Amino acid sequence: SWFRALALGVSFLKCLLIPAYYSTDFEVHRNWLAITHNLPLSQWYYEATSEWTLDYPPFFAWFEYALSHVAKYFDPKMLVIENLNYTSRATVFFQRFSVIFTDILFIYAVRECCRCVNGKRAAKDILEKPTFILAVLLLWNFGLLIVDHIHFQYNGFLFGLMLLSVARLCQKRYLEGAFLFAVLLHFKHIYIYVAPAYGIYLLRSYCFTANNADGSVKWRSFSLLHVTLLGLIVCLVSALSLGPFIVLGQLPQIISRLFPFKRGLCHAYWAPNFWALYNAMDKALTIFGLKCNLLDPTKIPKASMTGGLVQEFQHTVLPSVTPLATLICTFISILPSVFCLWFKPQGPRGFLQCLVLCALSSFMFGWHVHEKAILLAILPLSLLSVQRAKDAGIYLILTTTGHFSLFPLLFTPAELPIKILLMLLFTVYSFSSLKSLFRRERPLLNWLETIYLVQLVPLEIFCEMVFPLTPWKRHFPFVPLLLTSVYCALGITYAWLKLYVSVLTERISVRQKAE
Amino acid sequence: MEKWSLMTITVLLALIVRWTVSLGSYSGAGKPPMYGDYEAQRHWQEVTYNLPIRQWYFNTSDNNLLYWGLDYPPLTAYHSLLCAYIAKLINPDWIALHTSQGYESQPHKLFMRTTVFVADLLVYIPAVIFYCFSLKETSTKKKVSSALCILLYPGLILIDHGHFQYNSVSLGFALWGVLALSYDWDLLGSVAFCLALNYKQMELYHSLPFFCYLLGKCFKKGLKGKGLVLLIKITGTVVVSFAVCWLPFCTDMEQIMQVALPFSLFFFFSPG
Repeated sequence: SWFRALALGVSFLKCLLIPAYYSTDFEVHRNWLAITHNLPLSQWYYEATSEWTLDYPPFFAWFEYALSHVAKYFDPKMLVIENLNYTSRATVFFQRFSVIFTDILFIYAVRECCRCVNGKRAAKDILEKPTFILAVLLLWNFGLLIVDHIHFQYNGFLFGLMLLSVARLCQKRYLEGAFLFAVLLHFKHIYIYVAPAYGIYLLRSYCFTANNADGSVKWRSFSLLHVTLLGLIVCLVSALSLGPFIVLGQLPQIISRLFPFKRGLCHAYWAPNFWALYNAMDKALTIFGLKCNLLDPTKIPKASMTGGLVQEFQHTVLPSVTPLATLICTFISILPSVFCLWFKPQGPRGFLQCLVLCALSSFMFGWHVHEKAILLAILPLSLLSVQRAKDAGIYLILTTTGHFSLFPLLFTPAELPIKILLMLLFTVYSFSSLKSLFRRERPLLNWLETIYLVQLVPLEIFCEMVFPLTPWKRHFPFVPLLLTSVYCALGITYAWLKLYVSVLTERISVRQKAE
Repeated sequence: MEKWSLMTITVLLALIVRWTVSLGSYSGAGKPPMYGDYEAQRHWQEVTYNLPIRQWYFNTSDNNLLYWGLDYPPLTAYHSLLCAYIAKLINPDWIALHTSQGYESQPHKLFMRTTVFVADLLVYIPAVIFYCFSLKETSTKKKVSSALCILLYPGLILIDHGHFQYNSVSLGFALWGVLALSYDWDLLGSVAFCLALNYKQMELYHSLPFFCYLLGKCFKKGLKGKGLVLLIKITGTVVVSFAVCWLPFCTDMEQIMQVALPFSLFFFFSPG
């Protein structure tokens, strides 16, 4: 019954957020409702009246199509393609409510994940049970709340699919897990970041059905049946999704829509990943070089000096980065975790660790990464955080910095108290609940990490309150974004490295124990 | 979990609900010529800032009492004056005499909502927290649950942060009065309740219990000794509190009479 209370409570809060600010993503989805409702299948990926063209895989288009049939009872005018930026009250209410309603899948998935968390630390107090804490950390996740219910997106039910597939894999229902993930990929292709984890885990633990005594793979236990079943599932789902478009010969168009590499290395606001640090270093070296007269001012492209917000920019001092370079970096960075998963699978926990590391590594080195993608790492890490103190410490750093980096998404004055209060609510809860869960072990964070996190407060005060009142605001409007991005990038990089080290050293010690 | 983190979470949740409710519409939004309680509060800021005290409660050429005349006691007027000073710093158009009638804009709405939010945060919420913490023989969980229930009470949230009023100030002061009396700080309790009463005359509904409790305490202590001393002290405190609130109006007796009469009429007929 406490689960129901938590789920209902957060749903009511989501209803209260209906009149809040929404971003252009609102118009994006309204446009997709209109496109899928009015046009035949063959034109879905060609329609370009609005600048917000369809750039999600076909299952999401079908989802919008289904929604559009409900939308016509609320306000049929929102389904007219030419009604750009149409925002009647009925439209806002319908769209907001559709996000709240589809979150039911997320709530169900959280319930399934809570079942997978072992209740070894059976505490009498409900507030100290790992399942309760996990439920709050997932259902009331700050990032998901503000991205879905204020900024406006449909990540709730998508993460529901992902968490459900994770739960199924934890329950050793491999085929269901694989099926759910395949479906998810065809809803939003960003989840391809974590596909290697799924692929290797299913291959290792499902296709090879037994291990040797020392834990290494028993090659003889390869099951052709399992491989065939998995292959069938993936092919069937892909056929259902892409089939009609392949028949129409539209596959290249879809691929160009789904993977627009023409966009720059970084989003207008740099996601706090490795490239943010790289850009900052490039800028710093440029300024240093100019001051020391090592660089010729006339040769520097104007954009890189005033920008930070320009989508395509070339680096001045450091070599420019191409999409291929980011792909190679990402591939190299996920290799150790994938190798770990192959050579020493530790069951579902090992899979989750690899999943989080794949998500984080892709976030660190990906091309045109959105800061919202940090949620791909934060949500699965919640499952690990309630089980081990070390993971809890890393979770606190990642989640606090990750959530803080989402602040620039909500820049309107009316939403400022909401984001600060919600962030405080989640941060206070996560810190105090995890601290009380692991109170018998050593402190979750050392003094350096604590100081880093505390410094987020003055940073926020400076960016939101002090800076707008200074004269620099007119000449350097990007400074708060730059500072936020770079400072958070430090924290996220640190969390990523710490998690990697912890996973690798854990494997090594396990292997030593086995020997 | 420790009681302070639980209470912090409760308060944060209460604040979030309050602010999200205030994203919505307010009383009389976009409804000329009279608008609603929101315009009334804005008008009082205009009146108290621009006009001298002697004109606040009187029908003059600059102050038309039929258009949201001030019908709460002076403390509301002083609170409006304080808000007006802040409004002047941000945008003087919000309280310009006559020209700001029916003023509506997003920044102004944000300002007005913030004044209610801050008043709630400074007066009502601390009173509730102290009240819940001072409950005896109750577990931490029960204390925090009580605070959660009280702070999430929808009636007060919707009226104050939705419709637009400042009930949390007078209710908060009354609760401080109750708290003080529970610790036997009778004089402080009297002051607190006097403040509540001088903010909104609706607190008269609570005045009888306060009066009878304090009088009964005096009787219990014995009217020949300590009880009489206490009675004199309380009476003195109440008289001084009222005097302090009403001092600026006491320029002449005629004024006081002129204020007292329509005031009592307003008390009987105002919607509160």
